[in-house]
Amino acid sequence: MEYILIFIAAIFVNNIVLSQFLGICPFLGVSKKVSTALGMAGAVTFVIVLATIVTFIIQKSLLDAFHIEYMQTITFILVIAALVQMLEIVLKKVSPSLYQALGVFLPLITTNCAVLGVTIMVIQKDYNLLESIVFSGSSALGFGLALIIFAGIREHLDLVSVPKGMKGAPVALIVAGILAMAFMGFSGIV
Amino acid sequence: MGKKLESNFTNMVLVLFLITFIASSAVGYVHELTSGPIKAAKEQKQTKAIKDVIPIAFNNNPAQDMIKAQINDKESFECYPAKKDNKLVGVAIKCNTMKGYGGEISIMVGFSMEGKITGYTVLKYQETPGLGAKMNNWFQKTGKGNVLGMNPTTESMKVTKDGGQVDAITAATISSRAFCDAMNRAAVAFAFVKKQSNK
Amino acid sequence: MKNLRIILNGIYKENPTFTLMLGMCPTLGVTSSAINGIGMGLATAFVLVMSNLVISLVAGLIPDKVRIPSFIVIIAAFVTVVELVMQAYVPALYESLGLFIPLIVVNCIVLGRAEAFACKNKVLPSICDGLGMGLGFTLSLTILGSIRELLGSGKMFGNVIFNDHYGMLLFVLAPGAFIVLGYLMAIMNKIKNAK
Repeated sequence: MEYILIFIAAIFVNNIVLSQFLGICPFLGVSKKVSTALGMAGAVTFVIVLATIVTFIIQKSLLDAFHIEYMQTITFILVIAALVQMLEIVLKKVSPSLYQALGVFLPLITTNCAVLGVTIMVIQKDYNLLESIVFSGSSALGFGLALIIFAGIREHLDLVSVPKGMKGAPVALIVAGILAMAFMGFSGIV
Repeated sequence: MGKKLESNFTNMVLVLFLITFIASSAVGYVHELTSGPIKAAKEQKQTKAIKDVIPIAFNNNPAQDMIKAQINDKESFECYPAKKDNKLVGVAIKCNTMKGYGGEISIMVGFSMEGKITGYTVLKYQETPGLGAKMNNWFQKTGKGNVLGMNPTTESMKVTKDGGQVDAITAATISSRAFCDAMNRAAVAFAFVKKQSNK
Repeated sequence: MKNLRIILNGIYKENPTFTLMLGMCPTLGVTSSAINGIGMGLATAFVLVMSNLVISLVAGLIPDKVRIPSFIVIIAAFVTVVELVMQAYVPALYESLGLFIPLIVVNCIVLGRAEAFACKNKVLPSICDGLGMGLGFTLSLTILGSIRELLGSGKMFGNVIFNDHYGMLLFVLAPGAFIVLGYLMAIMNKIKNAK
């Protein structure tokens, strides 16, 4: 039961992009087409879940055990950077087309605040390993959801005429704001 | 900029290791420097929190006399006894509830020896700003849901919607219920401390 | 003076928030009040200046393939320093900013400037670039924070301007951040296009 709550809360109520403000850069940058958004969402999900597992283990067995909690930021980001590097290598071999499509955004997953954010949050919320996996997976799904919805809207937005000053980022942000408002409607659920 | 080192395996590992080592040492050093002030800041916040919720005069150092009270087989709360001339006059309890809308809510609540609430301060919360976040003022003496004087040790605290006495924050029932939960849990700790002091 | 121009560049011409569109996460996440905006801006500025300084010094010694990970470790070290110092001396601000302080390490501005500027330039210009970008970022965060604080809760830097009964709560919450930033960017675009 607890897990379902974590699942729903992470995707809808506390959506990582629209209410926690993490993962905004790729959100604004990669969301112009639904197909790239899907690819990005998949890659990010993979990295977030794997990173959460590895950093969780490191936190419990290394940082807490030796009381070097202040090394959290450095170790976590190193883990994430290493994972993304590995993902690049694997993707190049397994699916070169996806690798090409994601382009420069793939290494940028390292600087995606959502990834580091989730790994830290899981420690702060004091989840156990299974809860952490559920939380990170759900957060990633929430990220993907927000990204894909947004990409869909932006594809349509490109077909409409927008005042010159508003073109591009400004109107995208306002749309994001309205989307965030819509997601606020979920707050009563949990 | 100087000739860049060749990207062979040994160089890469060596440089990365060296940088990480230097970085970690530097950070470790700063940690040493700041651990004193960080501890002091935490203690200061703690003492202020205790003073804020126990308006009764006391002359001991509650932070130093801290007792851990077991409230169920998994959790315990930190209790800070306020004593005047070695006689217990009130207890400040750092309680929490996990039932908050946004997760854990941590509250410092003060009890008089009869078990009546003398004051509270919300220490940590992740409630919605403007709604659950009103918690810090709503249940105070001047707030609409004043709980000062209520005694959770004799009667479990509940919001009016659930048949109780506490006026919930408008549109923030979940946060209000969580608040009551925290108070009731604190009452268990208080009973423990009172029993201890009577021994 | 060339270095002065570099500083001013970061503040206006290539303002990280409005022009380069980097560092969006903290921009939206901590600007619910002006003080938070300034605090975050200054913390980031410190990391920017220090990491730019160190990176421009050692960039020549780092093999190309481990460039990014090395930069990240250096930046992470300074972020941890900021974390510890804030926790010790401004604990209230530290708690307000919360998760976003360690997130400075993934703030695209910091890594971005290290890549784009610091590793290719000498120490003094790099420091100026870090300073300029840091100040520009602080400025935009403070503006955004003040607007949201004023409209949302009627306060400015914690001082009550009008009763928060008349405030529009939306601005302090998530959607408000997106919307205010969107409009601010549109205004900046208008000003730039009009020149």
